[in-house]
Amino acid sequence: MTSVLKITDLHVSVGETPILRGVNMQIRQGEVHALMGPNGSGKSTLAYALAGHPNYSITSGSIEIDGVNISEFEADARARLGLFLAFQYPVVIPGVKVADFLRHAVSNIRNPDRKEGEGLIGMREFRKEIRERMTELGMDHEFARRYLNDGFSGGEKKRMEILQLAMLQPRFAILDETDSGLDSDAVRVVSEGLAKLSGPQMGVLIITHHERLLEFNRPQFVHVMLGGRIVETGGSDLAHELHARGYADVRARHPDAAPEPTHTTTAAAV
Amino acid sequence: MSTDTPVKSDVEIGAYKYGFHDSTDYYAFKSRKGLDAQIVSQISEMKREPEWMRDFRLKSLEIFESRPMPAWGGDMTDLIFDNIYYYMKAATEQGKSWDDVPADIRRTYDRLGIPEAEKKYLAGVKAQYESEVVYGSLREDLAKQGVIFTDTDSALQEHPDLFREYFGTVIPPGDNKFAALNSAVWSGGSFIYVPKGVQIDFPLQAYFRINSQNMGQFERTLIIVDEGASVHYVEGCTAPTYSSDSLHSAVVEIIVKRGARCRYTTIQNWSNNVYNLVTKRAMAYGDSLMEWIDGNLGSKLTMKYPAIWLMEPGARGETLSIAFAGEGQHQDAGAKMVHCAPNTSSRIISKSISKNGGRSSYRGLVKVHKDAVNCRSNVVCDALILDSASRSDTYPYIEVEEQNVAIEHEASVSKIAEEQLFYLMSRGLTEAEASAMIVTGFVEPLVKELPMEYAVELNRLIELQMEGSVG
Repeated sequence: MTSVLKITDLHVSVGETPILRGVNMQIRQGEVHALMGPNGSGKSTLAYALAGHPNYSITSGSIEIDGVNISEFEADARARLGLFLAFQYPVVIPGVKVADFLRHAVSNIRNPDRKEGEGLIGMREFRKEIRERMTELGMDHEFARRYLNDGFSGGEKKRMEILQLAMLQPRFAILDETDSGLDSDAVRVVSEGLAKLSGPQMGVLIITHHERLLEFNRPQFVHVMLGGRIVETGGSDLAHELHARGYADVRARHPDAAPEPTHTTTAAAV
Repeated sequence: MSTDTPVKSDVEIGAYKYGFHDSTDYYAFKSRKGLDAQIVSQISEMKREPEWMRDFRLKSLEIFESRPMPAWGGDMTDLIFDNIYYYMKAATEQGKSWDDVPADIRRTYDRLGIPEAEKKYLAGVKAQYESEVVYGSLREDLAKQGVIFTDTDSALQEHPDLFREYFGTVIPPGDNKFAALNSAVWSGGSFIYVPKGVQIDFPLQAYFRINSQNMGQFERTLIIVDEGASVHYVEGCTAPTYSSDSLHSAVVEIIVKRGARCRYTTIQNWSNNVYNLVTKRAMAYGDSLMEWIDGNLGSKLTMKYPAIWLMEPGARGETLSIAFAGEGQHQDAGAKMVHCAPNTSSRIISKSISKNGGRSSYRGLVKVHKDAVNCRSNVVCDALILDSASRSDTYPYIEVEEQNVAIEHEASVSKIAEEQLFYLMSRGLTEAEASAMIVTGFVEPLVKELPMEYAVELNRLIELQMEGSVG
């Protein structure tokens, strides 16, 4: 059975400020979707709202996985249902080794009912698996001993996100890659890594400006967000058009979309 | 999970055999409550000590009685000296009742997976940890190299000259009120002498020496590391240690001679009724290295500032300290580094955590004497406050009498960042697991210096604390 992540008429605010004004989207396992749109249109907000960040309030609409409304679920419950968000700027967790962190994460994801203090995946089994994944992704095994994201370069942080993706094997992966300033190494890491990992078991939503990201991961569906709504959905050609001509044509086609905010008022990226 | 069933049978038989339940009757000798010259003389007599030690004790008692309580640090208004038994000589079968051990402590032992025998030892239900078989051969090895590792009482009897040469030279009884108290009533503790050039490559642990009661109230430890030698000594344990004694006042003196190395690791997790007031000091001579690793998890109030006096050029000192203060706890901990000679260096890393209304303070001193040129000192003190009921304070003292030195002090206070919590939770960790992981990461610089089994237990203990199931 193919799982479906269904977003229905989603309205999301950050504090008092409405950002998403009725988003509709359906992602099935095995599909690759791209979400594009100018800065401030609400793309990252969608990513954070899906993952369950406490600062993002769903004011109406719903998020469902296979008919189960997860809008009230905490971030960890959503993760255990198979949702994964690869962050744009992964935060540093000092003193916590990559291997220790991943061992806990993997144990929880694979055994969602795991009680605290028991059932951690065995050390030997885990070590073997993480080494295999790291080899496949062309990563130095020393990586696992480093402290999570601490002193990592941009590319290394992206590699870490992809490694997590590889180990956690989510049903739905959301990649928040809206930073147009990303160095090319980082972009390459993500696009190649994703290409290796996606398949019929994974529904992917790539939020990006980079057409390069989409080279190795051709989307079946390209959505354009404007003013907190998805105004157009097309195929790869739409992505080409946006890359070549910017958003001017899309804006022209949807003059009624809410105007862009003239300055970013919210602390979170939109 | 039932904790009582396997142990109950032991205690029941014991109770039947002796026909009573009061734990104090299990002692072969117990002084009366309170402290005076007669009791101190009695202690010395029971131990069959030389006259000089008896006089030393009596002199110390005078000093103790003449000194006022410190006006700083923690709240000691509930500490009533007259209510304390200052000396108890345990019967061979120290039979405290397992039932007397508080339920939450018994539960923690289960959660930590501590073996039955060790549980009893930790709870003071058994006098010694039966490790004779395992450690017997280690001790033979040490003896062959001329290493002396025994308890302080035995050392006084068996190595009187060596003992007298160093005892009381690092911490004289007049140093502070509690050093005076310990000097008057001390009993037990470790005595270690490492001969020139001998490097002991495994940690000596307090429970290796099984010939006297460990974790006594007034332990006195003396360690002498001769030139070019090295030793790592570990005492205490991470599991909560139940003590019915409310005052623990230990003294640790260490002499690290030219070119020698000494590391002293302590983890204390005394039960919440204990006042833990400790004076620890080391003298580090030319080109030597002294390290204190100090973990403070338990007790009602701990006041402890491991100190290193850098006596000759090239001496280095380092103190790594963590303090975890939960509900009803006050950890007043830190370090002291005194630079008495040029070209010496010191480092203090202090990590403190407060939770559920706990209070943890860093109290530290860096002192540089005149003419101690070219010294370097670096202090990092980081505090993590986990909720709005909890408290953290910093009392750094820096006294520098020489210009040509480099002294740094960095401090930070933080709470668990929302973005860190969210990141970990978005990978499936519950909020409690995520918080525990962040706290564990916070203390990692210290934990990675601990012997493996301590590190594992410490991390496990932090997890339990974060769950809130352990008081």
